[in-house]
Amino acid sequence: MRTARCEYLLRFGDNALILSQRLGERCGKGPALEEDMALTNTALDLLGQARLWLSLAAEAAGDGADEDTLAYLRDDREFHNVLLVEQPNGGYADTLVRQFLFDAWASLALRQLLGSRDAAIAAIAEKAVKEVSYHLRRTSDLVVRLGDGTERSHALMQAALEALWPYHHELFIGDAVDAEMVAAGIGFEPASLRDAWLSYVREVLAEASLTMPAAGGWAPKGGKQGLHSEHLSRLLAEMQVLPRSHPGARW
Amino acid sequence: MYAQMVDTGTPSSATIDAREARFQQRIDDGIRIEPQDWMPERYRKTLIRQISQHAHSEIVGQLPEGNWITRAPSLKRKAILLAKVQDEAGHGLYLYSAAETLGISRDQMVEDLHAGRAKYSSIFNYPTLTWADVGAIGWLVDGSAIMNQIPLCRCSYGPYARAMIRVCKEEAFHMRQGYDLMLALARGTAAQKAMAQDALNRWWWPSLMMFGPPDGDSVHSAQSQAWKIKLFTNDELRQKMVDQTVPQAEHLGLTIPDPDLKWNAERGHYDFGAIDWDEFYNVVKGNGPCNRERLETRRKAWDDGEWFRDALVAHAEKAAQRAAAKAA
Amino acid sequence: MKNQWPLWEVFIRSQHGLAHRHVGSLHAPDATMAINNARDVYTRRNEGVSIWVVRSVDITASNPDDKAELFDPAQSKVYRHPTFFPMPEEVKGL
Repeated sequence: MRTARCEYLLRFGDNALILSQRLGERCGKGPALEEDMALTNTALDLLGQARLWLSLAAEAAGDGADEDTLAYLRDDREFHNVLLVEQPNGGYADTLVRQFLFDAWASLALRQLLGSRDAAIAAIAEKAVKEVSYHLRRTSDLVVRLGDGTERSHALMQAALEALWPYHHELFIGDAVDAEMVAAGIGFEPASLRDAWLSYVREVLAEASLTMPAAGGWAPKGGKQGLHSEHLSRLLAEMQVLPRSHPGARW
Repeated sequence: MYAQMVDTGTPSSATIDAREARFQQRIDDGIRIEPQDWMPERYRKTLIRQISQHAHSEIVGQLPEGNWITRAPSLKRKAILLAKVQDEAGHGLYLYSAAETLGISRDQMVEDLHAGRAKYSSIFNYPTLTWADVGAIGWLVDGSAIMNQIPLCRCSYGPYARAMIRVCKEEAFHMRQGYDLMLALARGTAAQKAMAQDALNRWWWPSLMMFGPPDGDSVHSAQSQAWKIKLFTNDELRQKMVDQTVPQAEHLGLTIPDPDLKWNAERGHYDFGAIDWDEFYNVVKGNGPCNRERLETRRKAWDDGEWFRDALVAHAEKAAQRAAAKAA
Repeated sequence: MKNQWPLWEVFIRSQHGLAHRHVGSLHAPDATMAINNARDVYTRRNEGVSIWVVRSVDITASNPDDKAELFDPAQSKVYRHPTFFPMPEEVKGL
C-alpha cells in the first residue's frame, strides 16, 4: 500500500512523464525547425521533472523501485496523471492548446509547492517552476498569435479549445490524498487554484480573440485516481515495450 | 558522406579568367571566402548543393532515430535520444542558414527536397528495426559523419566552416552516446547482445557506402578538393573509418560482418571486402527500404505545418499594422 | 512559399561578461519570436545570458572590394601596438 505522499508524488511525476511522452511523438515532425526544437525543449524539461518526481516517489515507496520501474512496470490503473495530458496529440493546434491549459495549471501548482513543508518537494518545484514559466510564456504567446493569425488558424485553435476544455475540470478536483497533503502542510487544495487559472486563461483567450467555452458541461475525471481514458494503455504499451519484453535487462 | 556525389558543374575555358585565378589563389592561400566576395557561379552552385544536401541529411536523419524516442527503454536513454534528435534539427538549421548566405532561401531548399530534386545521405533510407539500431547509428553513422565534418571546419567557405564548428562540438556527444548504448547492450543479456550484433550486421555496409563511391568513380572530387570544400577523398575517409571502428567493435565483443576484413601490416591499414555499389546506387535512386516513407513523413510535416507558419506571419503583419496605426 | 519567415542574425553574450557575439541565424515571424527561437536554438548548452536579434536585411556590411583601402592602411601603424616598444626588462609596471 503506497502512502498518500507517494501517490501525490506519482501524480506530479506521471503528469510530466505522460505529457513529455506525447511531445516526444512529435519530435522531428514540427511545423518549422525552430518550433520543433522549442517544443522538444519542453519535452526534455518535462522528462527531467518526471525523473525527479518519480525518483522521489520511488524513495518514498521504499520497495526497491526506481524511476524506471515506476515508469516502465506499472499498468495504466497505477498511473496517476490527469486525463488532459494523455489525450492524443491531434493536430498542432491540439498539441499547443493542451500544453497551454496544462502549463497555466502547472505554473500555479508549482508555485504552491514552493512553500511546501516537504523540503524535497519544494526543491523540485523550485527547479521546475522556472522551466514551466517559460513554457507558459511560450504557449500563451502562441495561443495569442494563432488565435489572431488567419481565419484558418483561428478556427483550428477554437476547435482544439472546445475539444480539450472539458479536461481542465479534473485539475481542480481534490480527493482524500489532496486533503491529507493539505493537512500535512505538504500540498495545496486543487480547487483553490481554479479562479487564478480561469482568470489567466480568460485573459489570454481574450487577447487571442478566442471564445472561452461555456461553463459547465462534460467534465471527465478519474485519471488522478488511476481511471484513465482508452488512450493511456496504448501509450504505455508503446513506451514500456522493451523493459516488458526483456525482464531484468539493463539498458 | 552527408553530401554524396555533389555535382561541381563543368567549367568552360572562357570562365577560367583572371578573376577566377585570383579566387583560386585566395583559396590556395588559405583565405576564407565570405558571402559578399566574388565567387565563380559553379563554386556557389556546388556549395548550395553540398550544404543543402548536408542539411537535408540532418533533417531526414532525425526520422530513423526519432522512431525510437517513444520506446526508449529507460528515462535516461529517452532524454539523451530526445536531445540528440533535437540537435540534428539544430544542425540542419545551422547548415540551411549557411546555404542561405549563398542566395537561396530555406523554403526553396525544403521544396527541392520534397520534390525529389535534392538528395540526402543514403544511410537514412534504412530502417531502425530494434533499439540497438539507435546505438549503431550513433556509433557508426555519427562516427563517420564526424570524420568528414572535422576537416570541413577548415573548408574554404566561411559560413559553412563556422556552421561545421558548431555541429562538430555537438556531434561528439552523439557518437559517444551511441557507443555507450552499444556497450550497455554488449554487457547485457544474450538477447541484448544478439540485438547489438544484428544492428552491426545491418548498418556496417551502409555506413561504409555513406562515404560515397570509390575515388575512381567520383567525377567531381578533384574540383571540390581544389576549392577546399572537400578535404579528403571518399576512400581515404572510408579507410579511416574502418581502421577506427574495428578495435571499437572488438572491445564490444561484436563481429564485423566482413569475412575479408584483416589487418594489413604492410599498408598499416585494415583490408576490407568489396562494397555492393549496386545497392548504394539503388538506394540513391530512391529504391532503398525507406526512401518513400522518409520523404512522405517530411512532406506531411511540412504540409501540416503550413497553417501554423502562415498564421504567424499574418499575426506579425497585423500587429505591425496595428502598432503603426497607433503611432500615427 | 509566399509566407516565408524572415531571417534573423543572433548575437549571444556568454556568462563571462564578454560582448555579444554572432552565433548564427534563424527564421522567425517577428522580433519577439526571434528571441524565443534563439533561446531554444542557440542556448541549449548554457551558452548565454543575453540575446540580441536583428533582421539580416538590416545589417549593413562593408564592401569586400574596398578591403584594401579600408584595412590595409592600418597594417603600417605598428607603433599603435604595445609590443612595438621594447622596454627595459628591469623596469616593472610597464
